[in-house]
Order: sequence, then structure tokens, then C-alpha cells
Amino acid sequence: MADWIEACLVDDVDEEDVIRFDHEGRTFAIYRSPDGQFFATDGLCTHEKVHLADGLVMDDIIECPKHNGRFNYKTGAAKGAPVCVNLATYPVKVEAGTVFIGLD
Amino acid sequence: MSSMEKTKRDYSLVGESTRRAIETGLASAEWYHTDVPRKVMKDLMQRSDGPAIRDTILWFALLIGSAAGAIWFWGTWWCVPFFFVYGVIYGSSSDSRWHECGHGTAFRTRWMNDVIYQIASFMLMRNPVQWRWSHARHHTDTIIVGRDAEIAVMRPPDLLKAALMFTGLLDFRYSLPGLFRQAFRGLNAEEESYIPEMERHRAVVAARWHVAIYLATLAVALYSWSFLPLMLIGLPRLYGSWHMVLTGLLQHIGLADNVTDHRLNSRTVYMNPVSRWIYWNMNYHVEHHMFPMVPYHALPRLHELIKHDLPEPNPSMWHAYREAWPALLRQLKYEDYFLKRELPPTARPYRDEFHNLATPTAAE
Ligand code: FES
Repeated sequence: MADWIEACLVDDVDEEDVIRFDHEGRTFAIYRSPDGQFFATDGLCTHEKVHLADGLVMDDIIECPKHNGRFNYKTGAAKGAPVCVNLATYPVKVEAGTVFIGLD
Repeated sequence: MSSMEKTKRDYSLVGESTRRAIETGLASAEWYHTDVPRKVMKDLMQRSDGPAIRDTILWFALLIGSAAGAIWFWGTWWCVPFFFVYGVIYGSSSDSRWHECGHGTAFRTRWMNDVIYQIASFMLMRNPVQWRWSHARHHTDTIIVGRDAEIAVMRPPDLLKAALMFTGLLDFRYSLPGLFRQAFRGLNAEEESYIPEMERHRAVVAARWHVAIYLATLAVALYSWSFLPLMLIGLPRLYGSWHMVLTGLLQHIGLADNVTDHRLNSRTVYMNPVSRWIYWNMNYHVEHHMFPMVPYHALPRLHELIKHDLPEPNPSMWHAYREAWPALLRQLKYEDYFLKRELPPTARPYRDEFHNLATPTAAE
């Protein structure tokens, strides 16, 4: 059963963008897709622990700011070198203009 | 940090400097970035296919046109200007295409980046898998001795070697046998230090493809008893790479090593529009290293935005070489010497406590 943690307000994230969310010593990335849906992944790239929130969201891809490694932020799938390890993803729900992420 | 500078540099990627870089935290360190508001940076990072498609059409037109002219006039002196153009397109501009498409920033469409990356890697005799990883390392640990696999001029500098680079001979000597070795014997320990295990087989397969094409070209040359096939495939890496070296050497020579601020180890140089087209704006090199997500066509805009925080760019290639040359000469005797580039008053200062810039060997 996931604990729902309040991450941000809907308006905090632009469409096709990402922000960083830190919680209890962990860091996450909260995405808003071009069609307005919200998603969450681990905040650090699996290649060299760089914050993905400084990267670029294009459609359903987050591109890491350090070496341009790409992940599908909806599934966490690594899309080729230099990223080889998938990102962990987390469930998200939106209630009354607030974005929550589900953590175990 | 200071202890690193006092010790002889070991450029092996699995040696003493590697161990020290990891121990002192220089490897995979946090680097300095100029502050740019997120909205502005997002706008600068935006990808588009338009500029790179336009440039690539021109690139192929020049490549095919000059090859056609060279073939047509083969056997007469008139082929020389055609080979001159063909050589620069094949042996020099391919480097910037390889680089930008390797970052995935040239085109918005992924497969376009991948196709041009593969073609350019072949032209450069670079294993496309291996070099993707070595370049990632170059961005993580730019000019960190023992970590960066792409340091062009080491210290103390070998000036004869640097001069020979303009002929393409040295690169050719390492690249081609390197591909053959990878194709038949596999990767060596240095390569394995930055290529993850799951990618190594792909690197070997890529080397085999390259080698197969070179052997086929050689067979055609022997069969037709003509140098022409080799002048078109392979040899342009020798006679056409001078522009790549001319522009590329300026990226880091004479500047600091083992620092974590690209303003100290990289150089931005204003260049003429032709060189900038060949080089795809990599003359904005500090900007590129600080923000590798920004596509080549947006680098002039990025430069305007952050130049208040960067050292004054060199106004020309000539100026940059005149600046670097005395530093290289001094490094022959004092290998710790480097040019410390002055920041404008509007810039955030270098982090002296970490970079040990009070060293008496540094010059303003
Ligand atoms: S740190 Fe993300 S791709 Fe290298």
C-alpha cells in the first residue's frame, strides 16, 4: 500500500516540463506531459547521478542534462547509451490541484 | 588538488592519476555552471530538425559534388581543388557532425542523429560505440588527468606530435590499427575502463563493419589498379583533417587541467563563418561544456546570455594560437604552467580554494 506524499501544485510544473522534489533524503522528478498528465521517477540519472530536473522533456522522453541520455519518463525505460539502467517510476495522483506521489 | 599538480601526470586511464583523481573527488565532481533561469534554458535547449536538415543537405551536396569533380578530373591537376573541398568535408566537418549527433542535439528526430552519427564515425575511423562512451567521459571529467580519454595535448606537450596532427597521420596511425585490433582481438583495458560490459560486444561488431568496408575499398583499388577509391574512402582522414585539428586543438590547449570549472579549462574563440559552419559552432566551447544540452545552432544565443560570466573570448583563431603557443613552450620546462584566463568584473570568481589558482606557475 503506497503512502501518498504531497509533491507540488499542478501549476508548479509547466506542460512538457519537469521539476525536482526532495523528500526524506530522496530526490524525485515530477513530470507534466504535453497533454497535461503527471508522472514521477527517481530524480537522479542512472548513469552518473545527475538531477534529471535540469534536463529537457520532449513528448514522453526526459533527456539528462549531463550526457543527453534519454529515458521514457512514463515507463522509466532507458533509451540507449549512455544510459543502460532503467529509472524507477512512482504512481501519481492529482487531487484538488495538488500532485501526490505514491511511495512504498 | 595541489598534490596532483606537483606530481608527474600519468595519462593512462587505469594508472596512478586515475586513482588520485578518484580519491581526491576530482572524478565525477560537481562542476561550476553559470546561473540561467530555467525558462530561458528550456527555450535554448529546444530541439528542431530544420537547421540540421538544411546543413546536412548542404553537407551531402558538397560531399557528392566535390567527389564527382575529383573523379571527373582524376589524373589532372584540376582534381586538386575538388579533393581539397572533399577532404575538409570528409575529414574535418564530419567531426562536428559526429560530435553533435552523438549528443543527440543536432536534430530533434532521434534516428536522424543516429544515421549521421554512424556515417560521421565511419569517416573519422572512430568506433561509434567506443567513442560515444569516451565522449561521455570527456564531459564528466573534462581534462582531468587519468580520467579524460580525449586530452589532445598532454603535458609536457609533445609539439612535434601536435604539429603532425595537422597531417592526420597520428590519428590515422592509431585509429585504423585500433579498429583492426578491436575487430579481431577485442577491446583493451583502457577502453574497457569506460565502456560498460553490456556495450562491448556492440563495439567489436561496429569495428568489424568498418574494417570490412576498408578491406572492400582496398580490394576495389587493387582490382582497378587505382588510388582513386582510397582517395575517396579512408585517405581523406589524412589529407582533410587539418581543419578539424586547427579548430579542435584550441578547445583546451595551454589552459588548466584538474579543475572543475570549464571557464578555466576550455576556450571560446570567435571564428569566421565558414569555419563555424564546418565546426558547427563548437568554437563556443565553454558554453558547450557548461550546457551540453544546447544545440549547436543555439550556442551563439547562449554565448550572448552568459558571456558576462565567462573569460573574454579570443577574437580569432590566430589570436588564440598566439596566446597558447608561449604557454605550451613554458609547459615544456614547467608542466604545471597554464594560462589562467581573466574573468570580467561581472563574473562570479573562480573557486580559488579548490582550484589552487594561487600557484605561482599560473599566468593571468
Ligand atoms: S549522467 Fe545522465 S546520461 Fe550521463
